[in-house]
Amino acid sequence: MYETNMYEGMLAETITIQGHGGDTINAYYARPLGGGPFPGVVLIHHLPGWDEWYREATRRFAHHGYASISPNLYSREGHGTPEDVAAKVRADGGVPDDQAVGDIEGGMRYLRSLLYINGKIGVFGTCSGGRQAFLTVCQVEGFDAAVECWGGQVVMSKDQLTTRQPVAPIDFTQGLSCPLLGLFGEEDQSPTPEQVSVHEKELEKHNKKYEFHMYPNAGHGFFYYHRPAYRQEQAVDGWSKIFTFFGRYLDGPD
Amino acid sequence: MDRTRGQGARPEEEGNVMCTMIVEKSEIAGCGKGPKGWFPLRQVNVSYDHPFHAPLEHALNIDFVNESEGLGARVAVELSPESARRLVTVILAALARGEAGS
Repeated sequence: MYETNMYEGMLAETITIQGHGGDTINAYYARPLGGGPFPGVVLIHHLPGWDEWYREATRRFAHHGYASISPNLYSREGHGTPEDVAAKVRADGGVPDDQAVGDIEGGMRYLRSLLYINGKIGVFGTCSGGRQAFLTVCQVEGFDAAVECWGGQVVMSKDQLTTRQPVAPIDFTQGLSCPLLGLFGEEDQSPTPEQVSVHEKELEKHNKKYEFHMYPNAGHGFFYYHRPAYRQEQAVDGWSKIFTFFGRYLDGPD
Repeated sequence: MDRTRGQGARPEEEGNVMCTMIVEKSEIAGCGKGPKGWFPLRQVNVSYDHPFHAPLEHALNIDFVNESEGLGARVAVELSPESARRLVTVILAALARGEAGS
């Protein structure tokens, strides 16, 4: 709990890390000043790109005591404004799932290499990043908690599968390796409440530790204060649930 | 799963279709005016997905691009579905009149 006579400082900068296949990709990194030990969080940006909201969210986690990294999953597409880069990715049907998983794993490995990490790493993603967060913790060991916010296309029909997204993430549920927090909106159409129920049933079937919250009067992206989808009450409650969840599973050393 | 309490509902037009990955592409010829001036167009990408700027949760997005000139060589519009249909209608009408008179 912050009190007004406490010292507070933060370092935030762009860095490079090793992503999928050993590729060098850029990432935004923020951490509290001091020797720690700090838990870590990998943030996975949404389909609109590696944008300002994600750099802010990275700093927000650092503000709450986490060494936080947001890899640029579109790093290989070239550089320009986040919108221009994301428009290219949108036209190409998103980035390949295995590449995204490798980049997110790279973020986790970077955090684990730091001297001031407490040994606990979480992952947080929204939209396509929520889907990729779930996909990653089902395939990669090394995460201690995951937050999936309105991950679209976790449940996919066969005609939605592509060479870039060849397997529906739900089919990897058995491999889920850490507790999962899911936040969803009742008015969302991707994922629909029905798809979230299918997702939840699969987690129950495999006896996984999870916590899902479905918000009324909220749709897709209700955290995004710069979009009409923003829902103040639901967003405040959602952030509170995230920090409670990460506090439970990430605070404290191994 | 719990059903967390929330505040009042919003209008239907703010309903959401996101992460659709719905995109149609075609080669085109012409010119577009981007942030650095006019450039030759090579391709149009039409998606039904996230708009970046339009205050809509789903939009018909049209990107006129030329990747050989960089990712910034892009002329973008984000339209409501109804506006997109109107655009199709007026384009076809103009083409029909122009080609009938040529």
